[in-house]
Amino acid sequence: MSYRNRELANLFVVAIITGLGFASVYIARSDIVSTGSLSYALFFFALYLVAHVIARLAVPQADPYLLPMAALLTAIGVTEIYRLDPGNAFRQGLWIVVGVAAFAVTLLALRHDYRRLESYKYIFGLTAVGLLFLPALPVIGEQINGARLWVHVGSIQFQPGELAKIMLIVFLAGYLREKREVLAQGRLKDFGPLLAIWGAAMLVIVETNDLGSALLYYGIFLAVLYVATARAWYAAAGLVLFVGGSGLLYHFVPRVQERVSIWIDPWSHATTSGYQITQSLYSIGNGGFDGKGLGKGVFATTNGHTLIPQLNTDFIYSALAQELGLIGSAALLLLYMLFCLRGFRIALLAQDGFSKLLAVGLTFGFALQTFIIVGGVLRIIPLTGITLPFVSYGGSSVVANFILLAGLLLVSHRANSVAQLPMGGDR
Amino acid sequence: MNRQITRMAVVGLVLLAALIVGTTYWQAWAASGLADRQDNSIQRVAQFTIKRGKIYAADGRTVLADNVRRKVGGQTLYFRKYPQRGLAAHIVGYSTQVRSRAGLEDTENDFLTGSNTNLSTVLDTTFDKLRGTTVKGNDLHLTLRAGAQAIALKALGGKCGAAVAIEPRTGRLLVSVSSPTYNPNLIEDQYNLASRPKWGCGPLFNRAEQGLYTPGSAFKVITASAALESGKFTIDSTFHDPGYCIEYGDKVSNFADQNGPEVFGTVNFTQALEHSINAVFCNIGLTLGGRKILEQARRFGFYSVPPLETPVNERAISGVYNNHRLFFPKEDSQVDSGRLAFGQGPANADIKVTPIQMAMVAATIANGGLVMRPYVVERVVAPDGSTVTKTKPETLGRAVSENTAADVTTMMEAVVQGGTGTAAQLPGIRVAGKTGTAETSESHVNTTWFICFAPAENPKVAVAVVLERQSATGGTTAAPIAKQIMEALLP
Repeated sequence: MSYRNRELANLFVVAIITGLGFASVYIARSDIVSTGSLSYALFFFALYLVAHVIARLAVPQADPYLLPMAALLTAIGVTEIYRLDPGNAFRQGLWIVVGVAAFAVTLLALRHDYRRLESYKYIFGLTAVGLLFLPALPVIGEQINGARLWVHVGSIQFQPGELAKIMLIVFLAGYLREKREVLAQGRLKDFGPLLAIWGAAMLVIVETNDLGSALLYYGIFLAVLYVATARAWYAAAGLVLFVGGSGLLYHFVPRVQERVSIWIDPWSHATTSGYQITQSLYSIGNGGFDGKGLGKGVFATTNGHTLIPQLNTDFIYSALAQELGLIGSAALLLLYMLFCLRGFRIALLAQDGFSKLLAVGLTFGFALQTFIIVGGVLRIIPLTGITLPFVSYGGSSVVANFILLAGLLLVSHRANSVAQLPMGGDR
Repeated sequence: MNRQITRMAVVGLVLLAALIVGTTYWQAWAASGLADRQDNSIQRVAQFTIKRGKIYAADGRTVLADNVRRKVGGQTLYFRKYPQRGLAAHIVGYSTQVRSRAGLEDTENDFLTGSNTNLSTVLDTTFDKLRGTTVKGNDLHLTLRAGAQAIALKALGGKCGAAVAIEPRTGRLLVSVSSPTYNPNLIEDQYNLASRPKWGCGPLFNRAEQGLYTPGSAFKVITASAALESGKFTIDSTFHDPGYCIEYGDKVSNFADQNGPEVFGTVNFTQALEHSINAVFCNIGLTLGGRKILEQARRFGFYSVPPLETPVNERAISGVYNNHRLFFPKEDSQVDSGRLAFGQGPANADIKVTPIQMAMVAATIANGGLVMRPYVVERVVAPDGSTVTKTKPETLGRAVSENTAADVTTMMEAVVQGGTGTAAQLPGIRVAGKTGTAETSESHVNTTWFICFAPAENPKVAVAVVLERQSATGGTTAAPIAKQIMEALLP
């Protein structure tokens, strides 16, 4: 079976799962299976069919599993968002349409050779930094839940950090591909850029009040740096610098202090700042092994007030964990692991340095973002508000992740096409 | 570069694997600890996603607690509804969100929510969960007789007091009403309305099991039992009643009507109880000593919380109270033995009893001296109709010998036949009873009692009625109410 036929077959499976998921929520909410549930699933399938056709046209040799896995993740997300608030699910559905459009544009625009992006690396780098500082601007910047991560233009609000993440990865891949030999020599003067980026990460913490996004960008940077230079101690030194720097900032940024003390003992703040995390843990615990079932979880008081703020964005995992239980949440995490495995595989198969670094950056960023938000919800690390890729409610996140997916498919297509040339034949 | 990529892949996958470990910790290892935490709002709400079992009266038809289904934000919740309103409010209690739970709704919560650990229930709820249907709790079938409850409540209307009826041979609680009662449907949203005093009394307080009252002459049943058990007295013992008894050099007078204290002259023991002669019982008390009387009371169940399935803090202990603290004298001199014998006491050693305890006393005499454990939950029934548990009658011990019980029965029959309790007579049925008119700190304000059982030869029902703030006697106020309750319960 060709790559794209395999992808199509997988999408069929995803469509069936999506239909079942929506049907269960419908039954739980209204005790009836309405055609509405099926139309949602059909709409979903049609949308991904479009994405599939575009992939067939633009990247026929790309990995056949990534698109179905992304489809399944968005389906899980929309199902849970729908369960929590049907209105939000509609908006999220629209954002997925925009995401697929961005996916299509990226694929079609770069289908001949995405590697020309490398020559624009500085533009990407500067734009990324610019985007990161947008929320700090007076009029359009917006502080939500204590963190400055949002930009507000008219009625649309978005997190520029999501897009900046991808641009930063393009910049890092291009920059480090070029400088890897120089950096690998380990001369002190070459560490200028490294320190500059460390400084920028610290500034981002101060500016956004958010440890999580800083950790994300910085983690991606260290990962790409390590792969490019093959110097493990760079990464180690970078990590030490980060930990030391955040340790220092801990004393000066009250919000970081608060987050850490909630993390250490949420129950002593259970009625105030630790309310969200403790209730979220109760939600996860209430799921138990087999979960309450889609639509059967408890997320509101008997008066209908929401128990956990930001349930469909930062805390979507604790909603899913309650309804799907350990079986379901482990399956969800395995899906993320599989997605990352395919991503790293693409990096391994890629032929050139830029492609490898790009694929590693995108994949590791995806893994790290999942770890930071779910790890925060699970109290493995202090909680910070970033989105769960493809699942959380939020337009900027969905669109950015579709672009990320397109990037991986582009690299994959090229790697597979090049690899196939000498061997020939279809696999 | 590929080696580094592989390593980063390992790092990434380890991070994600850590999330699976973390989730496992919270959902498997720590889950039960989280569920038990006080501030767990989800668990509080989750209670309302379960279709609680219904609570039925003894007839199996009268629904005392039911559910109403309500959709809140797409969530199906079940709230309690009490179709009979105040009929058995103090026993059934309530299950609300803001006021938590009370009564059987509290203590039987595990059964009602299907979270009890009986194998059949565990299987049922597991299948419910797997099928995705609402978990249904088990139903409670109580021993309370709805008709008699209603009659008792009506008879107590306008008065503050309580009535308790027990089936002597088993300990089944047939009637337990506290007047005024309250409407449990109002507890959640209109608590102030539900708790508003009526007839000058708080309605939430369960007078039947929690109310502590001075027993007055109703206590003479216990003194008579102690006297007969001691062997120093028989049913035929004769006494001389000058109209008073000398204690600590002071006169303790008989009950006085408008003609002054009654004087009976020479009487036997039966007549002494029949006419409730304080002077005779005062002398018996002085002969026996307070400790002996209280030992007897203890065998009837005093000095321990009366057994029942309701929350332990909704039941009170009968006994002598010294400055509101339960007190058992080490020496006879620590209590006023003469006054204790007819159920009165000075403030520093006050005999206080609950209506359920006095019903237990009557039921014990009726049951030949064996104390039966009172119970109100007859059966727990699974949603499919099968019985989860059934309460078996249980003996708590022997309070008096069969002979003593028979003698006290004879004496109590005389009370109803020709003594102070004639108002409780039932045509064609032998009734044994004892009145009580306890003085309170206010003059002409009495706590009145009637305890009784019937039919005397084969007792089916034992009743205790107490009324607060009465100007008349137990024989004229409480006995007619006890009569109505007996009528309602006897075939």
